[in-house]
Amino acid sequence: MKILPLQRRTLALIAVIVPLLVLLVYVALRSGPLAPVAVTEARVESQAIRPALFGIGTVEARYTYKIGPTYAGRVKRLDVHVGDRVRAGQLLGEMDPVDLDDRVRAQEAAEKRAEAALREATVRQAYAETQARRYEQLFATRSTSEEILTTKRQEWQIADAALSAAREDLARARSDLEALRAQRGNLRLIAPVEGVVTLRDADPGTTVVAGQAVVELIDPKSLWINVRFDQISASGLAADLPARIVLRSRNGQTLEGRVLRVEPKADAVTEETLVKAVFDAAPTPLPPIGELAEVTVDLPALPATPVIPNAAVQRRGEQPGVWQITDGEPDFVAVRLGRTDLDGRVQVLEGLKAGDRIVVYSEKALSPKSRIHVVERIPGTSR
Amino acid sequence: MISLAGRDILHSWGKFVFTGVGLGLLIGVTLVMAGVYRGMVDDGKALLDNSGADLWVVQKDTLGPYAESSSVNDDLYRAILAMPGVARAANVTYLTMQVKKGEQDVRSMVVGIVPGEKGGAPGWPPYLVAGRQITRGHYEAVADIATGFRIGDVLTVRRNRYTVVGLTRRMVSSSGDPMVFIPLKDAQEAQFLKDNDAIWQSRRATSANPAFNRPGVPGLLDAVNASQASSSSVNAVLVRIKPGAVPDEVAESIRRWKRLTVYTRMQMEEILIGKLIATSSKQIGMFLVILAIVSAAIVAFIIYTLTMDKIREIAVLKLIGTRNRTIAAMIMQQALALGVIGFAVGKITATYAAPLFPKYVLLMPGDSVTGFFAVLVICALASVIAIRMALKVDPAEAIGG
Repeated sequence: MKILPLQRRTLALIAVIVPLLVLLVYVALRSGPLAPVAVTEARVESQAIRPALFGIGTVEARYTYKIGPTYAGRVKRLDVHVGDRVRAGQLLGEMDPVDLDDRVRAQEAAEKRAEAALREATVRQAYAETQARRYEQLFATRSTSEEILTTKRQEWQIADAALSAAREDLARARSDLEALRAQRGNLRLIAPVEGVVTLRDADPGTTVVAGQAVVELIDPKSLWINVRFDQISASGLAADLPARIVLRSRNGQTLEGRVLRVEPKADAVTEETLVKAVFDAAPTPLPPIGELAEVTVDLPALPATPVIPNAAVQRRGEQPGVWQITDGEPDFVAVRLGRTDLDGRVQVLEGLKAGDRIVVYSEKALSPKSRIHVVERIPGTSR
Repeated sequence: MISLAGRDILHSWGKFVFTGVGLGLLIGVTLVMAGVYRGMVDDGKALLDNSGADLWVVQKDTLGPYAESSSVNDDLYRAILAMPGVARAANVTYLTMQVKKGEQDVRSMVVGIVPGEKGGAPGWPPYLVAGRQITRGHYEAVADIATGFRIGDVLTVRRNRYTVVGLTRRMVSSSGDPMVFIPLKDAQEAQFLKDNDAIWQSRRATSANPAFNRPGVPGLLDAVNASQASSSSVNAVLVRIKPGAVPDEVAESIRRWKRLTVYTRMQMEEILIGKLIATSSKQIGMFLVILAIVSAAIVAFIIYTLTMDKIREIAVLKLIGTRNRTIAAMIMQQALALGVIGFAVGKITATYAAPLFPKYVLLMPGDSVTGFFAVLVICALASVIAIRMALKVDPAEAIGG
């Protein structure tokens, strides 16, 4: 009778101590550095990948017209505002002529004066000619001296020269007047093409220097995107490749387009290749100039090769490779990698063949001595 | 021969086990504290391991990029690539900031990495736990799992939005903040570009300055504004050296010819562990020592009390002529058994409690082994006092009581 309670106590104690020890051993082996590393595996597949390039750029207008006076002056009036659509040849505004009108009037007077001078010179020349001829006849009958005849001939020649001078003077005065009128006409700011006003840089009363733009026009049909691709991932860019364009303001809406040209000059400072991409159909409403756009250019599909996810690629020193699973043990295999696409698939040119089992994700960095256990997904990676 | 200790334990096993569990929780806390200390040091080492660099090239006379801010031109890496012994050099930026996702924000270290290279330039996360590495040159992110972000989430860093395409693990800064990897050009913007308000204000300030806004020079203001908004700096250049090259020699030649400060792995570890986390790790270390002393005192006290509880029984044992050695062995065995149970409970609780901590807690097997023997030694020493008391007891007490 005395044994039983003792045995029960012993059993109870064992019931506490043994699970405790089992748990301790489990904890010691399954957690911490001694535990096997959870990994997920995948098989190398033979696939054709379609590389794509991703760049960002800004919406720009292909043709921008900066309209301003050719002489320094003051803006008199400006009839258009930003956003207005204008026709080719439309009057946009006018510069203040200041004293130009008065100068035109002065020049007109000068022209009339030259005309009068011409008339005077014509009359003088006609008279000089008549006199010269009369003295020639008188000299023929020996009624006058040779000296007088010579004088009359000289007067005729002088009158001739004076007449030419008066003619040229008139031509000069006319040209001067034309020039002033042209200058006067140039004060009118006229739209060279049909377009949209994008900038109104000066308001009436502002003095502008020669060549400074007062109004800026763009041709909305000529919108394009100046795209920058990092040079490291720009191989294969060419004109006419299809492009998908996402505007920052229209996130989620993909617009179709194509590469118009690859600029022969790259940006040396930012290490980017510049590309012009155009929309297949201009979006409505028009995106503002300068809006950020993301452009994805699809390159032609490549022939099927063994393909792995880029998450599987590890590096030991400078050598890229993957952890291949052979008999449940990780084994580092050096590989040579080919092209990659934007979904993170990489071609393997050497080192693996289709069907090989490789480690894709691992809970921690692997080493050849790591013990692994393959799981469906690494714990904690999904909600 | 019957085991006196075993019989005594069985006599009041419930009390014994509960005392052991209580002791275990105390030991558990001590082990966790050691884990916190180890985790702190490991965070620093993880930062260096994950960067995958052999050398860190930073601004001259700074302790950058982790311990101090450092800024170098982003085309410097080309010059470094030309140095003998350098296999690869990559720009990198580090910026600790609040990364927003919807309403919540997470303190994290934003790392700008050079995108586009297969398998990764220095600075890339060496392994992933889900998703893929960054393939686009802009607006993609790989986040540490500790940020709480998941694949497909959209984060906001400054004014740009990034889609999480991959997850990684144990990528932390030296202060334990999880990392978010984004493409370098975006990170440069995030770090050096001012916010929109500041840009507007600086444009206004520039246009108010007559030196930059001259009526006769129409394009000057635009040019000045453009030059102010550009950012062409990075925090450091990570360098991997060629196999066979000696890090110190390569570092010395860069130091000498490029007049920059270069740190090797050893020096970087010294900076991170010796300088950056020195005081906080000392603080934790100090706490660990105090906790160990307190634990030892409590263990001693518990064993002493346990012995004192049965001082009558010991007196009876002496009265019936039990040898001192037997009594001493009983107390010693009990103390050690208590220690073993306590350690087991402590180890188990520590292991299960460690992942609950917001920062990394690293429980090293070596620490556990040391802890185990420390517990045994403390128990043995504590039992010595109890044994002295037990041996001094007068057998007459058993009757006289």
